[in-house]
Amino acid sequence: MSTGIKSYTISVYTENNIGLLNRISAIFQRRHINIESLNISVSEIEGVSRFTIVVNMTEEKVRKIIGQIEKQIEVIKAYYHTEEETIYQETAMFKIKSELLFEERQIQNIIKESNSRIVTVNKEFFVLEKSGRRNEIELLHRELSVFGILQFTRSGRIAVTKERMEISQMLAAFN
Amino acid sequence: MLGTCFRVADKFLIKENMNTQTMTTEAKDTKKTIRISGSEAVVRSLIAEGVDILYGYPGGAIMPVYDELYKFQDEIHHVLSRHEQGATHSAQGYARISGKVGVAIATSGPGATNLITGIADAQIDSTPMVCITGQVPSHLLGSDAFQETDIVGISTPVTKWNHQVTKASEIPAVIAKAFYIAKSGRPGPVLIDITKDAQFEEFDYSYEKCTGVRSYVPVPKTDPETLKAAAELINNAKKPLVVWGQGVILSKAEEAFKAVIEKAGIPSAWTIMGASAIPTSHPLNVGMVGMHGNYAPNVLTNECDVLIAIGMRFDDRVTGKLDEYARQAKVVHFEIDPAEIDKNVKTDVAVLGDAKASLEALLPLLNENTHTEWHQKFKDLYAIEFEKVIKNDLHPTKEGLTMGEVLNEINTQTKGEAAIVTDVGQHQMIACRYADFNVTKSNITSGGLGTMGFGLPAAIGAKMAAPEREVVSISGDGGYQMTIQELGTIFQQKAAVKVVVLNNEFLGMVRQWQQLFFDKRYASTEMTNPDFVAIAKGYYLNAKRVTKREELADAVAEMIASEEAYFLEVCVEKEDNVFPMVPSGASVSEIRLE
Repeated sequence: MSTGIKSYTISVYTENNIGLLNRISAIFQRRHINIESLNISVSEIEGVSRFTIVVNMTEEKVRKIIGQIEKQIEVIKAYYHTEEETIYQETAMFKIKSELLFEERQIQNIIKESNSRIVTVNKEFFVLEKSGRRNEIELLHRELSVFGILQFTRSGRIAVTKERMEISQMLAAFN
Repeated sequence: MLGTCFRVADKFLIKENMNTQTMTTEAKDTKKTIRISGSEAVVRSLIAEGVDILYGYPGGAIMPVYDELYKFQDEIHHVLSRHEQGATHSAQGYARISGKVGVAIATSGPGATNLITGIADAQIDSTPMVCITGQVPSHLLGSDAFQETDIVGISTPVTKWNHQVTKASEIPAVIAKAFYIAKSGRPGPVLIDITKDAQFEEFDYSYEKCTGVRSYVPVPKTDPETLKAAAELINNAKKPLVVWGQGVILSKAEEAFKAVIEKAGIPSAWTIMGASAIPTSHPLNVGMVGMHGNYAPNVLTNECDVLIAIGMRFDDRVTGKLDEYARQAKVVHFEIDPAEIDKNVKTDVAVLGDAKASLEALLPLLNENTHTEWHQKFKDLYAIEFEKVIKNDLHPTKEGLTMGEVLNEINTQTKGEAAIVTDVGQHQMIACRYADFNVTKSNITSGGLGTMGFGLPAAIGAKMAAPEREVVSISGDGGYQMTIQELGTIFQQKAAVKVVVLNNEFLGMVRQWQQLFFDKRYASTEMTNPDFVAIAKGYYLNAKRVTKREELADAVAEMIASEEAYFLEVCVEKEDNVFPMVPSGASVSEIRLE
């Protein structure tokens, strides 16, 4: 077992229940673990939610955390994966003054090269959307901040795993 | 979410209601419903779950339920505690001696928050308990209404499950699920918070027990390969040691456990929560492990070649310094909760599942053995502990009374048949070390949380659940005063609890640490105590104080002979210490005898 600290993506399949977020976040809190990012959405199974949680910790600790998450009544199954074992993305949005789009040639090049997308443009501002890895988003942020960013936000990581998740079979076995 | 709960029709209620209540005929199949309020549904649901006693305290937001408890008082007995914390501990005592789910009920706000200590205690000691709290009407939720508190938020980290009900129609399914979760798998506390409008609201009620929740696996499947691997390690062991915990009691595995250790001839030690699963006098019972446990099992933990942990969780009070705990041994862990595997001690073989089923399956795989030489080591170390510690505790020659001799006297006069309910501190360690347990489920104590004030109310619950048993509550003068008001409950309920206070006028365990580790700086541990006998008499209890050795036997005899509750204060030596002791942070083999 590795003792080094790594980035792990924890995927938690749960019933859709008020209060479960509290229950899960409390498990991290009591061990003083900072959640790097958290995303909750529907999953491939109707009525089942999926938490995607990114944390930096040792594998030994992440295993213990998984055990304590799975123990929660409304958690169906929890998994953890390294970055290499997942396909993952984040999305960022940049709000920038519209005049820059016309005055600064450079910005258009940045948009093109970064593979980002203009969501909307009006007289005052335009909004740029960029999906990708964290470092790509950070690079774009650095490049644009020279010109001034009115607003910036970045989503939590979403990830799917390369390996199969046996979740549907588990639920089928119950029904 | 509730649709995932399997249901079985409750025939009792249907039959009863056919004659007396209007039935709605829209219900599909044979399901019959009656139109009642949410509060009546709460009480009927409790009765359907077999609840005959519950402990609680009324208040504004739970009044509709109390009104129904009044109507149903012939079927369900409500015990008025003197503080909601007392209600939870009584429910715990009830659960621990009976194996059934204990029930506590309180109002919103302070009523609910006062339950938290008992809930946390039940969570860490795996005690099945359902708590019901009233809540402000749903339209006031989140508005800082009078006696509003976010009890679901507050109780989340210390409950196995919790849920807020805002519609009456949810009540039967939520209560069914609460009981199922509380008692299945590794038991624990569940809290159900019910808004006042949901209590008043009428709906079409029917009750079905819950038999499964799809996201919850109460008992993990046992892999037969792990059993084989466990058996092989045990069969090849030269110096095996079993450490068992409460899991043996919770899964009713006492007989299977005894059969296993007897066949394989394994010396077996217990955690505080495992005490009484087999009799104290059993030849394979080598005593308690942990901080104030026995000398032999602590020292030999670091000498055994195979450590077999059964239904225990390697608490830090058991293991001492983890990286010097049983490093030489292969570890086999029988456990129902997968999250406990490798949590503290790395296992070589983990056998998941119910202890009883696993031990029954293990038995035929084991070879008969006696391990005579290995047993001799335990006997030799016991002799050392007897000479240095036990002899002086149980048969002191000094003037002052010891806690140990009081326990010895209680053992003699109850023939080891009593349930011993303890509080937390020196008296607890002494009681667990020296009490004779001849009957299972006889050690009721706050193990994991170490809740002072647990003992007296827990003894009330234990006595009410098992009125045929002798229930002796043993407290120190500190913890006793944390829930002393429950004497009122004893008096009102005529609960024949025998209440013993071992009074050393100190918070003794903290004082002991101050003496050993803080250069005798007795910061806030000396107690100026009231007249405990007068207080007990104020509650109309028979009461006596013992200050001399020659009075002890007669006083204990009078207490045990009493058919009513009885209070006995024993003034013991002020600055006695509990030994052996594994100092905090030390290895179990560094256990001190003095």
